[in-house]
This record gives sequence, C-alpha cells and structure tokens, in this order.
Amino acid sequence: MVRINGEQKDIAGRNLYDYLTEEGYELNRVVVELNLDIIPKDELKAITIKDEDEIEVLRFVGGG
Amino acid sequence: MDKATLDRAFDARFPADIKEKLSNARVAIAGLGGLGSNIAMMLARSGVGHLLLIDFDVVDVTNLNRQAYLIPQVGTPKTEAIKELLCQVNPYLDYETKCIKVTPDNVAELLTGYPIVCEAFDAAEQKAMLVQEVLTQLKDTVVVSGNGMAGYGDSNTIKTRQLMKRLFICGDENTDIGAGMGLMSPRVTVCAAHQANKVIQLILEN
Repeated sequence: MVRINGEQKDIAGRNLYDYLTEEGYELNRVVVELNLDIIPKDELKAITIKDEDEIEVLRFVGGG
Repeated sequence: MDKATLDRAFDARFPADIKEKLSNARVAIAGLGGLGSNIAMMLARSGVGHLLLIDFDVVDVTNLNRQAYLIPQVGTPKTEAIKELLCQVNPYLDYETKCIKVTPDNVAELLTGYPIVCEAFDAAEQKAMLVQEVLTQLKDTVVVSGNGMAGYGDSNTIKTRQLMKRLFICGDENTDIGAGMGLMSPRVTVCAAHQANKVIQLILEN
C-alpha cells in the first residue's frame, strides 16, 4: 500500500505522473513530495510508485 | 519620532531577548498584494529588523479592497508604496525592496540570506513555483505560504499547518479566486496574520 495525503491507496506500480493527472491534479499548481523529497515536475514521468511510498501532493488555489 | 522613543515603547511590552531576536531576524516576502502588504505591516509593527520586499507590479485601484495601500499610492510600484507605509510605522528597520518578477532562475539569487520566506503571491501557479523552487534550491530556508482565503466563509477554516519539514501552509486550502468568489479584506487579512504569526514563532522559538 501507498500512503498519499494521509490515505492508504493500492497504487504501487502506477506511474506517478499518470496517476496525478488522472486524479485531476493540475501539475503546474501542485508541489509533490515523495518520501520527504520534493520532486521536480520534469521527473514525475520517470517515477513508478513503489509499495510503502509516502506521497504528499500539495494543491495550491489562487488568491493573495 | 526618534528611535529611542520607539524602542522605549517596545521595551515596555517585551523582554530584551525577544526584541533582540526580532531585530536580528531576516524575512523575505514574495508578493506584496493582500497577503504580502499586510504581512509586511505586521512584521514591521512587531520589530522584525530586516525585511526583503519583492513585487513587480504597481498599486491598482482594485487592490484597495484588501491591500495595505492608500488612494494616493495608486500607480506607484508596490515596493515603493509598501516602504513608504512601513516607514510611517517604523523608519528604523532595514527594508530592502526588489521590483522584479520571481522566476525559477532568480529564486536563489533573490532569496539567499533570508532563512524565512513568506510566499504571498496571487496566482496558484506562481505559489507552486515559488514553494517548489525555494524548497529545492535553498536547503535551509523555511517557507510560510498562503493558500486559500477567498470569499467570506467562516474565518475558522483558515488554519496554519506544517506540511513538510520546511513548509508551513496558512489558509483554508480550498477557496479559489477562480470559483466566482473574489477576495475580501477580512479573510485575506486573517490569512496574512496566520503567516506573520508563524514567522514570529519561527524567529522566537528557534
């Protein structure tokens, strides 16, 4: 199982970029942390989600 | 007003070690809109000694509903306008201004030397860019970011939480200006106050 934003999900083996896109995240509005490292956006396509990964996706909204 | 008079007013309220930590602190504020202009005012009133103030824009009439600026300042670069206001509150602090757009290429050059950075941009894409770039390019910098403060919903949905080791998020993390709801002074100021208070905690508790 993979922990993503505090929830356990069965997504090991999925491509990280594909998963986030399918979940509806706009990638230019998020910051993605994988096992405590911030992932540069151009590296997302090269990452396969592994069992026991911990992922945090921070989604920004407009306003300031 | 002379510096000694302002110092005495501060000393009457707080012990000397608090004042010393605040006056030695270096804080950057990226974006001088509803969040950044109000954060800057609060930090100056609190005696934060060194503020770096960054924005590329000029004060617009549409800013007056929530930003610290005044009608005579419309058309003035925000960096100049905020410095003018800050000097009316405390002219003896160090205000550095940069009228420039922040990009991934200039993040390190602009923000090196400021261990605390307030993300106070308006557009979600700019917010994400700044947080991403500061956390990856500047290995010791802490970011305090504003995220979600549109409309007039319950103020208590605006919170501060530590999301990553060097990242604090203030806001409701939900309301978006794109959803047909604009920004109003109270919630923007609540969010700015969350950011300013977290900055002060970081300065005094470390």
